Amino acid sequence: MAGEYTLAVDFGSTYTKIAAFDLEQETLIGVAKSPTTVMTDIMEGLTAALDILGEQLGSRPAYGAKLACSSAAGGLRMVTVGLVPELTAEAATKAALGAGAKVVRVFSYELNASEIGEIEAIRPDIILLTGGTDGGDQRVIKKNAAMLAKSAVTAPIVAAGNKAAADEVYATLKDGGKDVTVTANVMPDIGVLNVEKVQEVLRSLFIEKIVDAKGLKRAELFVDRILMPTPTAVLNAIGLLAQGTATGPGLGEVLAVDIGGATTDVYSAATGLPHSSELIPKGLQDPFLKRTVEGDIGMRYSIDGIVEAGGIAAIARDCGLELAAVEAYIAKIKQDLATVPATAGEMGIEAALARAAVDTATERHAGRVDNVYTPMGKVMTLQGKDLSALPTVIGTGGAIVCSSQPRRVLEKACFIGAKPFSLRPRQPRFYVDSHYILFAVGLLATVAPEKALRIGVKYLRKV
Amino acid sequence: MKTVVTGVVGLDAHIVGNKILQKAMEDIGLKVVGLGALTPAEQFIKVAVETNADAIVISSLYGHAEMDCQGFRDKCLEAGLKDIRLYIGGMLTVGDCDFGEVERRFKALGFDRVYPPTVKIQDFLNELKADLGVD
Repeated sequence: MAGEYTLAVDFGSTYTKIAAFDLEQETLIGVAKSPTTVMTDIMEGLTAALDILGEQLGSRPAYGAKLACSSAAGGLRMVTVGLVPELTAEAATKAALGAGAKVVRVFSYELNASEIGEIEAIRPDIILLTGGTDGGDQRVIKKNAAMLAKSAVTAPIVAAGNKAAADEVYATLKDGGKDVTVTANVMPDIGVLNVEKVQEVLRSLFIEKIVDAKGLKRAELFVDRILMPTPTAVLNAIGLLAQGTATGPGLGEVLAVDIGGATTDVYSAATGLPHSSELIPKGLQDPFLKRTVEGDIGMRYSIDGIVEAGGIAAIARDCGLELAAVEAYIAKIKQDLATVPATAGEMGIEAALARAAVDTATERHAGRVDNVYTPMGKVMTLQGKDLSALPTVIGTGGAIVCSSQPRRVLEKACFIGAKPFSLRPRQPRFYVDSHYILFAVGLLATVAPEKALRIGVKYLRKV
Repeated sequence: MKTVVTGVVGLDAHIVGNKILQKAMEDIGLKVVGLGALTPAEQFIKVAVETNADAIVISSLYGHAEMDCQGFRDKCLEAGLKDIRLYIGGMLTVGDCDFGEVERRFKALGFDRVYPPTVKIQDFLNELKADLGVD
C-alpha cells in the first residue's frame, strides 16, 4: 500500500534494533535501537525503539509488513549428537550453525548416562540427532534415541541420521513422549553434506515452537511473525548480496565478519573450490553458505579470548602504545563491560583488538593448506574453503562499524605471507554495513528479493 | 547391500589403480565409499564405523604401507569393528622382496588377504565376493 513503510526488527540479545524502509523508493527511512526487554515484556523494548524512530521522523509512521528475527533469550541454543566426531557430529554442527544456532555442546558415539544428564542440564532449545550414513551404522543412533527417549529432555528432537534407522528412531522417541521430527540424513554419504532439509525443519520449529517457548510470542501482536534467528537473516543477506537475483547481479562471493561483545561470527557465501589443481581437497566439504561462531572471541565478555589469541604484546605493538596502557584499558573493559573508547589512544586499542579478533576468526573460518611430504615430493591438501580469489569482504558489528579505521580492521581478514597456509582473500574490496541493516536485508529478501538486493548494495559503505 | 571402504593409505598419491578398483567393485554390486589418495589409516576406520562397512580395501604403491598400517586390526577392534574384513594390495614394500614374506607381515598386522601388484582384478573380486557372500 502506498505511503506505508516496511519495518524490520531484530530482537537481539542486548538491543532490539529496528530499520524502516520505503520499498517503493528503495530507501532506508531510519534506524533505532533500545535495550531488549525479554525478562519483562518483549514489546517494551520494541515500543521504545519505535518511539525513538518516530521522534526522528517527526511522527510514528504507518507500517505495512513488519518482519522480525531474534537472538534474544539466548538465541537458538542447540545440542548436536553424531556418531564419529569428524563425520556426522561435524556435519550436524555445520547444519546447526548454518541454521543460526548457538551450538552449546557436540556429542559423539553412544551417549552415556552422564552425558544425558548434561543435556538435561543444558536445556537446549532443540536437539539434532544424527549418526550413520544412509545404509551405514544404525546401532548407535538407535541407542542414542533410546537414551533420549527415557531422559527428562523436553526439547524438540530433530532426527537426521541413517534413513534405514529413521522409523525406529521416530517410534522410540515418540513412545518416550518426545517431540520428534524426522528429516533427511545430514550426511547421506561420506563427504556429502546435506544441510538444506535439516535447516528447513529447524527454521519451522523455530517459528512454531521456540519463539513461544522463549516468551517472544507477544511480539507477534505487533510484528507479523518472528521469522528466523538473527544469524540466519544475516546469512540470507550475505547469500543474496553474493549471488544476486535473476535480474540483478550480486557482488560476487562474500566473506562477512560480525564482531560482537561475546562472540565473533564469520559468514561466507562461496563455493571455496581450490584455486589450483595441485590442491587435493580433504575432509568434509563446506556448504556454500557457511557460518562459524567463535565463542571465545568478542570485544567485551570474551576479551580474554582475543588477548590470548592475538597476544598482548602484539596487540600493543599493533596500536603503537605501551604495554601498560593496553593492559590498563583491557582491565577497564573487564571491570565495566559498557566501556566505550573515549580517547584516540583507546580508539587505537579497540582497533587493534578488533584486528586480532578478525584475524583469529577468519583464520578459523577459511580453509587451510597443509604441505605433505611424500616419497614422490611435496603434495598440498586443502581442508575447508579456499577463499583466495574471493572479491568482497563485509564488516559489521560495533567494533567495525564504529571504528575510526574500519578498513585496517577488515584487512586482517586477508591472506598474509606470515600465515601462508590460511586461504583467505588476497585482494578483496572492503565494505562496511554502516547502518547495521544486514539482518534487515535478509528479512526483506523473504518478501522482495530484488529490492532487498538493491537496498543492501546501496547502503553498504565502501572503505 | 555390502559396503566397502577403499582408498590409498598414508602419504601415497597414486590414485589411478585405486579408482579402477573402485569402479570394478561398484560393478559387482557393492556400495563403495572411496576416500581417494593420501588417506590416513585412521580415516578408513572412522569411515567404516560411520558406514557400518563390511570390508576395508587398501591400496598402496609407494612401499611404505607397513609403516602406515601398524596396528591396523587392533585399531579396528578398538573402534568396535569386530567382524570387518581387511584387504590390502599393491607395491607393499620397497625393492625386491619375497611375496610370501610380505604376505606374512601384513597378515600379522591383521589383514585377511594380501595382494601383490600383479594380481588380476578379477581374481581379487572373486575372493572378495566369496568372503562377503555376494553373488
